[in-house]
Amino acid sequence: MTITRTAPVRTAAPVTGTGKRRVSRGRLGLHAFLMTVSLAFLAPLLLAIYASLRPYEETAKYGYFSLPRHLSFDYYAQAFNDSGMGKYFINSLIIAVPGVLLTLFLASFVAFCVTRLRMRGGLVLLMVFTAGNLLPQQVIVTPLYVLFTKINLPYWMSDSMTMYDSYWAVLAVQVAFQVGFCVFVLANFMRTLPEEITEAARVDGAGVWTQYWNITLPLCRPALAALATLQFTWMYNDFLWALVFISDGDKLPITSALNNLRGQFFTDYNLLAAGSVIVALPTVLVFLLLQRHFIAGLTLGASKG
Amino acid sequence: MPLINARRAKRRGPRRFTSRDLAVIGVLLGIPILLDLALVWGPTLASIGLSFTNWDGIGDIQWVGIDNYKTLFTDYPPFWPAVRNNLLWVAFLGCVATPFGLLLAILLDKGVRFSRFYQSTIYMPVVLSLAIVGFIAQLIFSRDQGALNAILANKDNPVDWLGDPELNIWMVLLAAAWRHTGYVMILYLAGLKSVDPSLKEAAAIDGASETQTFFRVVLPTLRPVNVIVGVITVIEALRAFDIVYAINHGRNGLELLSVLVTDNIIGEASRIGFGSAIAVVLLAVSMGFIVTYLVQELRGGKKG
Repeated sequence: MTITRTAPVRTAAPVTGTGKRRVSRGRLGLHAFLMTVSLAFLAPLLLAIYASLRPYEETAKYGYFSLPRHLSFDYYAQAFNDSGMGKYFINSLIIAVPGVLLTLFLASFVAFCVTRLRMRGGLVLLMVFTAGNLLPQQVIVTPLYVLFTKINLPYWMSDSMTMYDSYWAVLAVQVAFQVGFCVFVLANFMRTLPEEITEAARVDGAGVWTQYWNITLPLCRPALAALATLQFTWMYNDFLWALVFISDGDKLPITSALNNLRGQFFTDYNLLAAGSVIVALPTVLVFLLLQRHFIAGLTLGASKG
Repeated sequence: MPLINARRAKRRGPRRFTSRDLAVIGVLLGIPILLDLALVWGPTLASIGLSFTNWDGIGDIQWVGIDNYKTLFTDYPPFWPAVRNNLLWVAFLGCVATPFGLLLAILLDKGVRFSRFYQSTIYMPVVLSLAIVGFIAQLIFSRDQGALNAILANKDNPVDWLGDPELNIWMVLLAAAWRHTGYVMILYLAGLKSVDPSLKEAAAIDGASETQTFFRVVLPTLRPVNVIVGVITVIEALRAFDIVYAINHGRNGLELLSVLVTDNIIGEASRIGFGSAIAVVLLAVSMGFIVTYLVQELRGGKKG
């Protein structure tokens, strides 16, 4: 293991210069190294999937790292039914989907104002947003909790009649917190767009909205796609905000549903493994489907800077 | 005189907003600013204020000066271990996971075959929630049935990887690095793709070795990415929470500042004043890094 780890690094240096044989050998070592790392990174996930397919009695007796005797999808059905995952999944989507859209919309406009309109104080604005996103979440939790219990909402918006214990609370915090990150990335991206495009539009009499919505935003599509995947993952995976701002168990997002699978005195880890796989599936799928956009977005953002 | 006129003219240029423009800007810039001030910066200031009180969340708010901080530094046993663990977290992610991610990015940037596969598998852990990562860590490291003890075949004398307060922090760091490496790799990969290939060619023609080219030519052009990665590393290390909370609620060797804050604020004790004081310590350290970073950004922005 250690040999394959260090070898390609050392051989990597002379690869380009020297003869063909060295090249193929270096490449082979490189593949061996990358394959080892990939498998090492994948192994824990495979173990979790493997554990989820085996009955508890078996792993309790022989350990998780043993040959299978029975394999079944029973735990998936049980995890899905016992913890009411369908409902919690909807809860997560209720927060994450509008959250991502709102965050991207607001952040892109702020970034547009800062980079394209050359507003005075733009840099300060950028710093306020960026720094805000870097604050530890625990710092703002308590005052927000107090604030949300004091804000009353009509019944049609929240059955608790307050902002506390409603989706609105989590949604608002997610948007406020994540706008900072998106402003930062989008401002960097927009700086790389040629100035002439908006200037020409301005000469033609285009207003701020047209310059933003019809001209700048379409050019930001790759960055927006990258941010959308990242933001969806983060909002979907969050559990601190929901833990603090929601008390009604039925409104919790899916990450906290995992806790329902934890017994008070005895925890069936294989059941929990099945639950984890179900919870992880959407983000893994989103990443695999959108990874082309995702990496293209990050690359394009950096390329012209 | 002409200089001043020119500047004035320039300033007047983009300021020709119609009233409709102003309305659009007012609303669409106003909402995010209000949200940010009300839900992020306002609460931050409130936390600082609360840290000087002994509020329990229900009764009256009483001013106690710096009492909370005194107790924290001298008479609160989990505090210093938590600080130590947070620093260890910064050091481990910064000195092990981040360079490893950079190395992987460099190797993948060479355009090897199957790089999409390697890239996807190494990035995969990043999309998992830390709660799930914490759970998977239990599958691997648990004492009696964990995979690691099975691989090491020490069935008679199993190591309690997560229960031993001397050992468990390292196992958790490994799990955290598992996620961090992929994230760093993707960021660097994006940065490396943007390095002008002609720069590397020129260096090669001048007789620079690949290592030299990397350190003298490529790394300096990656400066913006380096800064982002550095800040993400430190901030993530200071903010770390979910993973230890999922494993054992951050006790028995896994203390972290974020956990202590949560325990004091959300727990049954509800010592909000005291919890806020810990939060402020966390804030102060984070702010140190945030400000350094922003100053850097500012300078870079002016130069660019």
